[in-house]
Amino acid sequence: MCGTCGCAGDAKATLLNLQTGTATEIAGVHNPHEHVHADGTRHSHARDEPHSHAHDDNHHRDHDHDHAHDDGHQHQRHAHAPGSVHGDPHEPAGDVVLIESRILAKNDALASKNRAWLAGREIFAVNLVSSPGSGKTTLLERTIPSLAGEMPLFVIEGDQASDYDGERIRKAGAPVVQINTGAGCHLDAEMVARGLSELKPSARSIVFIENVGNLVCPALFDLGERAKVVIFSVTEGEDKPLKYPHMFRAASLIVINKIDLVPHLDFSLQQTIDNVRLVNRDAAVLEVSARTGEGLEAWRDWLCAEAAAAREFVPL
Amino acid sequence: MHELAITCGIVELVAKAAKGRKVARVTVEIGKLSGVVPDVVAFCFPEVARGTEAEAAFLEICEIDAAARCDLCGAEFATPSMLTTCRCGSLLFQRLAGEELNVRSIELDEAM
Repeated sequence: MCGTCGCAGDAKATLLNLQTGTATEIAGVHNPHEHVHADGTRHSHARDEPHSHAHDDNHHRDHDHDHAHDDGHQHQRHAHAPGSVHGDPHEPAGDVVLIESRILAKNDALASKNRAWLAGREIFAVNLVSSPGSGKTTLLERTIPSLAGEMPLFVIEGDQASDYDGERIRKAGAPVVQINTGAGCHLDAEMVARGLSELKPSARSIVFIENVGNLVCPALFDLGERAKVVIFSVTEGEDKPLKYPHMFRAASLIVINKIDLVPHLDFSLQQTIDNVRLVNRDAAVLEVSARTGEGLEAWRDWLCAEAAAAREFVPL
Repeated sequence: MHELAITCGIVELVAKAAKGRKVARVTVEIGKLSGVVPDVVAFCFPEVARGTEAEAAFLEICEIDAAARCDLCGAEFATPSMLTTCRCGSLLFQRLAGEELNVRSIELDEAM
């Protein structure tokens, strides 16, 4: 995306005509690619045309280019900061240092440390993910009193802002830490490490990690949890597993919440489960109402079974 | 906007490898089913790189097409979306490519 004009460049957006069934790729609104710079100058170049130019004028912050797509499996694009000069095709001018590292390597290493720390204490950590308003906090408010006699329970609350949910959990009777991510849209392994360090969960407990309400970003970030659970409410519509496949695929359990509302909605539980199966063949599916308590026994049983498995787990 | 966090991860890896030297080019791989939007990474990069060794670097993003091998019929097939299944009807397959999120290499500025 161009920082000056906000154009999408080689955008991967597609347009589907529902009447005809035809899908077309929207190959950038500017094609040929054209900018109007802050000083009123304008330049443009065609999609398949290699080009070079200097940006020493310091008025254009970043910049995308499109390249010819004749390389089969890889499509290249690039952006550069002001001050750089380049031509294409590229011949390395300086030393090339191979890095060959996963971008998420640091998060994943921290997540592994969290996982080992939790395993050593026989703690079952569960990462609860959902869109905002699906009922994660309400489900925890109901779960905490019902499991309190069985084992110690702890909660890490993630929200962009406020300690509103943390306060609700505290009133429900569990020790809780609230993480506010500020601009961030997800919890990461370092936040959870800090949360665990602050919360000091006891051995053989359950740690609920309530992620930031978001069906996209938390899917990519391993926190060191033993299981991911998607909480999905019936008011969200049957199509969500297909629209947010990464999240549904990563889950061990899908909890369908607010089933007390089904009689009032045009909502098919069976269609939802069929859609879940298209992206995740193995996840367990539970139907519950955190409000009425329906189905919560099965949720409680699942938690107890997983907590027991965490106590039996022997790291190899 | 997890792409901002991803971009921070890229710049951190680059800065570590550059060891104080100026970087002219950064090459990354983003699989088409990685859940990361290349355009957004490209948008974030200049701001995230500001003040680091990669400040003047040129970010090259190689998008990797997704493919899988069917567990039942053994066919290898392209998976342009998360919902693509094998032509034989099987939902059982192993992903071969398309989930990459890697920093491949950096090119140092010859002037340094």
